[in-house]
Amino acid sequence: MKARTRWDVVCSVSDLVPDSGVAVWTEDGPVAVFYVPDRLPALFAISHTDPFSGSNVLARGITGDLKGEPVVASPLYKQHFSLRSGQCLEDESVKVTVYPVLLDGDQIRLQVPVAQAEVAA
Amino acid sequence: MSKKNLIVIGNGMVGHHFLEQFAASDAAGRFDITVFGEEKQLAYDRVHLSEYFTGSTHADLAMGTAEWYAEQGIELRLNEQVTEIDRENKVVSTPQGTYHYDELVLATGSYPFVPPIEGREHPACFVYRTLEDLDAIRASAQEGKTGVVVGGGLLGLEAANALKSLGLDAHVVEFAPRLMPVQLDDDGGAVLRHKIEELGVQVHTEKATTAIIKGEEARLRMNFSDDSHLETDLIVFSAGIRPQDTLARQCGLDIGERGGIVIDNQCATSDPHIHAIGECALWNQRIFGLVAPGYTMARTLSSALNEDKDAAFTGADMSTKLKLLGVDVGSIGDAHGQTPGARNIRYNDEQAGHYRRMVVSSDGKKLLGAILVGDNSYYDTLLQYALNGIDLPENAESLILPESQGGAPALGPDALPETASICSCHNVTKGDICGAIDAGCTDLGGVKGETKASTGCGGCAALLKNVVDSELEKRGVEVSKDICEHFPYSRQELFHLVQVNGIRSFRSLIRQHGKGHGCDICKPAVGSILATCWNDHILASDHVPLQDTNDTFMANMQKNGTYSIVPRVPGGEITPDKLIVLGQVAKEYDLYTKITGGQRVDLFGATLSQLPEIWEKLIAAGFETGHAYGKSLRTVKSCVGSTWCRYGVQDSVGMAIHLENRYKGLRAPHKIKLAVSGCTRECAEAQSKDIGVIATDKGWNLYVCGNGGMRPRHADLFATDLSDEELIRTIDRVLMFYVRTADRLQRTSVWMENLEGGLDYLKQVVLEDSLGIGEELEQHMEEIVGTYQCEWKTAVEDPEKRKRFREFVNAPEKKDPVQEWTTERDQRRPVLESA
Repeated sequence: MKARTRWDVVCSVSDLVPDSGVAVWTEDGPVAVFYVPDRLPALFAISHTDPFSGSNVLARGITGDLKGEPVVASPLYKQHFSLRSGQCLEDESVKVTVYPVLLDGDQIRLQVPVAQAEVAA
Repeated sequence: MSKKNLIVIGNGMVGHHFLEQFAASDAAGRFDITVFGEEKQLAYDRVHLSEYFTGSTHADLAMGTAEWYAEQGIELRLNEQVTEIDRENKVVSTPQGTYHYDELVLATGSYPFVPPIEGREHPACFVYRTLEDLDAIRASAQEGKTGVVVGGGLLGLEAANALKSLGLDAHVVEFAPRLMPVQLDDDGGAVLRHKIEELGVQVHTEKATTAIIKGEEARLRMNFSDDSHLETDLIVFSAGIRPQDTLARQCGLDIGERGGIVIDNQCATSDPHIHAIGECALWNQRIFGLVAPGYTMARTLSSALNEDKDAAFTGADMSTKLKLLGVDVGSIGDAHGQTPGARNIRYNDEQAGHYRRMVVSSDGKKLLGAILVGDNSYYDTLLQYALNGIDLPENAESLILPESQGGAPALGPDALPETASICSCHNVTKGDICGAIDAGCTDLGGVKGETKASTGCGGCAALLKNVVDSELEKRGVEVSKDICEHFPYSRQELFHLVQVNGIRSFRSLIRQHGKGHGCDICKPAVGSILATCWNDHILASDHVPLQDTNDTFMANMQKNGTYSIVPRVPGGEITPDKLIVLGQVAKEYDLYTKITGGQRVDLFGATLSQLPEIWEKLIAAGFETGHAYGKSLRTVKSCVGSTWCRYGVQDSVGMAIHLENRYKGLRAPHKIKLAVSGCTRECAEAQSKDIGVIATDKGWNLYVCGNGGMRPRHADLFATDLSDEELIRTIDRVLMFYVRTADRLQRTSVWMENLEGGLDYLKQVVLEDSLGIGEELEQHMEEIVGTYQCEWKTAVEDPEKRKRFREFVNAPEKKDPVQEWTTERDQRRPVLESA
């Protein structure tokens, strides 16, 4: 169970790239933030770490949708991850962490589980 | 036992087809075969005769080669006319000698009918049958401006097309009230006439020529029975054919009332040792003036000579599908509705020039015949309904309505019975195709090779593809050409959409022609197409989200998330100073360094944020990006060439550098590699490249479509002894045609193998400019060459673009925590972890 959470400012709108991702550093580790202007909501945040390689690369993947589900494709081995649930479409047993994200003025805020972050750190 | 003698008189398409069939049969071993041809040339494709005026040569049109005849042990006696058949002694005579036969095959074909008009012997009057006729027409046309074809049938319109391609003002004079009176009705003829006149061919119907006299403005004047006249410089008679039965008459074989050698179902004449096939033969009171029935007779005779009791010719479908002067014309079965009780359904769009007529049985259930003008896409479906007696759907009219007006989709290949004939030239049924697939064929090319389907006239190509696709799909083989779920198009189709509609962004393309938001398949493909079409910088903000990470960050991502960097080293030539800079940069950033197979240096282990810094240093030293990350030109490998090597005959390094600088930055469906060797020893391994150039003492030999990698393929020799300018022009065309027409991730080798017609077709397009797009391809390449920019130079100079290279946008100093390193053979490498 999460001890407490916090809405951290991680970047501003001008840091985002439409239809693409950027990586931010959080207390919970590296997180990929995606901005898809044609969708509502338009912001998604999942772990930046590709579970298949262990490398921090997911923000550099190509975004899109498969059968309506918003996804990012890992730039290394091309597996797709749902931007909504973190579920890997090619392997049911693999899932990446999803972070609540919102736009506050021109600031992007992420909800980060601090307790977990402390354990991870 | 000594062999018997088989003699074939006539070396046309049908005679040749017979020999092909017979030579492959068991009986071939029991015969010595001799074939006599009246013409100087080996059998050639008369169906495509008019192509002789648009660049095809006899070799292109030839059905076989002298080598093939030699291999089969067939004695080929061309330019030797048989003058007499002596049935009693079983001997044929020619001016050169007499020859004994045991079995004799008459494949003498037909001759053009010339109406008995006064003045028809004038030297500017011709017929349209042989290559010699065409040579004579061509010679005469050089001095003339106008040409008239007498006869508005199928061959007459072909001939009119030929005159037009010789640059003449072409006229067609037809005795009947409409064009193609045999195949079309009045309405269809009118639509065809209108279309043909739009193309600049003047049509005169209901004209009976009474005399040909000396002209006043031109060489000749044709007087017509209605007292009008027409002046022209030459006349081509194409008023029908007559069976060539002179030899058969003279030796007393049964002849039809209106000519033609009478044959039975086994193609035997009234003499059991003499056989007749093709246009000279009269079966059931009918002459068959098309190639497919002639081929069927040839096969029947071959089987009969192999003592196959079941072999029988039982008539043939005379349905035809053609493109005349670029206009589609089709005629199926009982096109004129002569069956008692037959009813008609007509669609006539004079505006668009489309006419379609269905003739249906009195109960409305079966299709008896059809006429099509303007659009033959309806032909295959209608033909299958007619040939196979398939019940018509309830709204039969939907079969000829345009889709926008409720037209039915084409008859699916599933609806065809196993016995449905797909290719009538080679008598291939749907069942044969299924058999070939079950025997292991997994693509169109394989099925064509196995069954010969669609290798005759080619008219069934689209239908064959549909059947093959559908059967493969049923067996679980993926054949969709759609690039992905977002676009129902292939890469080539997308290319055309982008180019024709001037689309400049992925967003507008998917809004207009696709659905959803795209994916990692279509986005990079469209990115590459946009780059080729408009050559914008790949980091222009619209394009960033389209690229694979390698293209986005202009470096190659490695397994731990770091990148490798490959600066361009054109032709593999590098100064010591530049080499030192590479070493200094690698040392400063602790980059693992390796020489690549393409004669350059790869620097591994740079983090995202280091990339712009490193490139600043490389650019300052005069380096450019090497595009190692892109689906684009990689390297032009070269040997040292004539400047140093004692064997070299040309400056291969100079040419390699020139080519590399010309094509660098060109976006393509896949990576492209080139090489230039300075002599035939081929030290640059050019024959394993997409484009390989090998020096000769006269210039350069060009090889195309080779590759190494997973499925190595030797390149094919494409052109020889080219000058520098010719070489570059040819490569421009090949590469641009590839970029425009290949599928996503299709390398040149697979692309070429998948082109219908393969290497020969590519040669026609590039060397003979058969599509008339040569200049356009060169011009497009010139534009791309002219707008080249080093992407890295543009990126490091632009602060907005540099922002993209921050590892973590909110923590510029933060190092990626998972990148762990160790040292091996004195260089840094990632710690290998199995995740």
